[in-house]
Amino acid sequence: MSLLHTRNLTAFYGDFQALFGINFAVDSGETVAIIGANGAGKSTFLRSLTGLLINDADAIRFKGKAIGALPANHIVGAGIAMVPEGRKLFPSLSVEENLKIGNYSGREGPWSVERIMDLFPFMRQRRHNPGAALSGGQQQMVAIGRALMSNPDLLLCDEISLGLAPTVIKDIYDTLPAIQETGTTVVVVEQDIQQAMAVADRVYCFMEGRVTLEGPPGNLSHDAIREAYFGLKGAV
Amino acid sequence: MDWINAVVQGILVGGLYALFATGLSLIFGIMRLVNIAHGDLIVLASFLGLVIVTGLGLYPLVALLIVVPLMFALGYALQRGLLNFTLGSDILPPLLVTFGLSIIIQNALLEIFSADSQKLPAGPLQTASMQIAEGLAVGVFPVIVFACAVVVIAGLQLLLYRTALGAAFRATSDDPDTARLMGIDNRHIFALAMAISLAVVALAGVFLGMRTAFDPSIGPGRLIYAFEAVIIGGLGSLWGTLVGGIVLGVSQIIGGKLFPGADQLAGHVVFLIILVFRPRGLFPRAMD
Ligand SMILES: Nc1ncnc2c1ncn2[C@@H]1O[C@H](COP(=O)(O)OP(=O)(O)O)[C@@H](O)[C@H]1O
Ligand SMILES: [Mg+2]
Repeated sequence: MSLLHTRNLTAFYGDFQALFGINFAVDSGETVAIIGANGAGKSTFLRSLTGLLINDADAIRFKGKAIGALPANHIVGAGIAMVPEGRKLFPSLSVEENLKIGNYSGREGPWSVERIMDLFPFMRQRRHNPGAALSGGQQQMVAIGRALMSNPDLLLCDEISLGLAPTVIKDIYDTLPAIQETGTTVVVVEQDIQQAMAVADRVYCFMEGRVTLEGPPGNLSHDAIREAYFGLKGAV
Repeated sequence: MDWINAVVQGILVGGLYALFATGLSLIFGIMRLVNIAHGDLIVLASFLGLVIVTGLGLYPLVALLIVVPLMFALGYALQRGLLNFTLGSDILPPLLVTFGLSIIIQNALLEIFSADSQKLPAGPLQTASMQIAEGLAVGVFPVIVFACAVVVIAGLQLLLYRTALGAAFRATSDDPDTARLMGIDNRHIFALAMAISLAVVALAGVFLGMRTAFDPSIGPGRLIYAFEAVIIGGLGSLWGTLVGGIVLGVSQIIGGKLFPGADQLAGHVVFLIILVFRPRGLFPRAMD
């Protein structure tokens, strides 16, 4: 049975429909990447999973429970954490406070402030700095650490490579195995197709609020991806 | 000595203004809500004090043990049951609703207590004073009020910057949606903020009633003092609010000495002058 699946999930911003019946599943231990152009609905999908957008209860099932109608503040306690697009550190909290508030729900598990700092050692020197005083890559690492502090079963990462230098992106992705070792399943949203293909066991491609392609990276041809991603047939 | 005396009295009055303003500052800082009914809630607390003092025969300072928890509970219920529904990207709904609330409170108080002036009996404390230097005496009661203001602000500062709940307050203030992702229930946090705000209002209301006469119509005037103290100090800074209250108090007393009868006007003028030269107040918060 899958860890999380959605059935015919829709999302609206007022009258504007952003998602049209998404069917998605991720198994425990599997790494899934969601790719798609800007505006395809990837972030909206993650916002739905985390309860920031409310759905029918049955539209989202997590560990067998219908969670689609749970408000956001109950989702993290159920075991889903998100690294939001644009990092969204709390500017008036220090690095350490940002991490600690990640465990506001009190969910127990392997992660602690010290263990996060083992994973990202630069934080030891920056413990008391405000989050905003860090570089983009460091802020991203704090955002990941903050999400891990809730000891999630499922970690959703929204464009964690956005705007970062390739070496920093590599540093961040190099920490994935250590995260997965603790039993956390990871879903990454990426605009960078190469990056997505490299880490994922399975890929979903979104376009204009719909899933246009799904499968293991090895089974997907360049042409199929291009068509699913850009909606273009043939060569570009 | 006369002038030193005036400044000292002004500083002490500033403590009361700071108590008027602290709750306003706190909820604006946490949820960007401007509570137009704040002054009327202060007067409501004065009347609650009056009911308890006359009904149970308690000394006003002892009545605080009942008024403060009552106002705390009222604040929680008010935010949870009404004001939370007005919060959003538009700042107009909370303004309109608290404006309406202000009118409702004034009229209800008028209906129940009439327009007569009331006073909470302070007893000997009313006139007790102590000599702190040759020719310089201060009232014991104003000193108590000022000390309370300092303790309240220091306590709130500790709460905000040294506790997990305080971090949740600040996180919610920074970014309510991301705070919810952490498991923080915004509606509860906002309700707690309003509860704390009205607990401080309870102190302010009872002190006000012990110091001067009050009637149902004086709320808006207290709101103006509170606003001025908050703006002078800088939005979102609690210590700034104390300084704002002191600036206001000193301006009034010195203004009243220079131009008898112009004490209130002097406070407003100094407020406007500060607004012109320091539009963000004396201690603006770095963030915002
Ligand atoms: N807060 C919002 N209000 C209205 N429309 C929105 C909002 N957020 C996103 N959208 C719209 O929803 C669609 C999907 O956006 P999003 O999920 O952010 O895409 P992606 O993350 O794939 O770039 C876009 O057309 C976007 O303009
Ligand atoms: Mg996005």
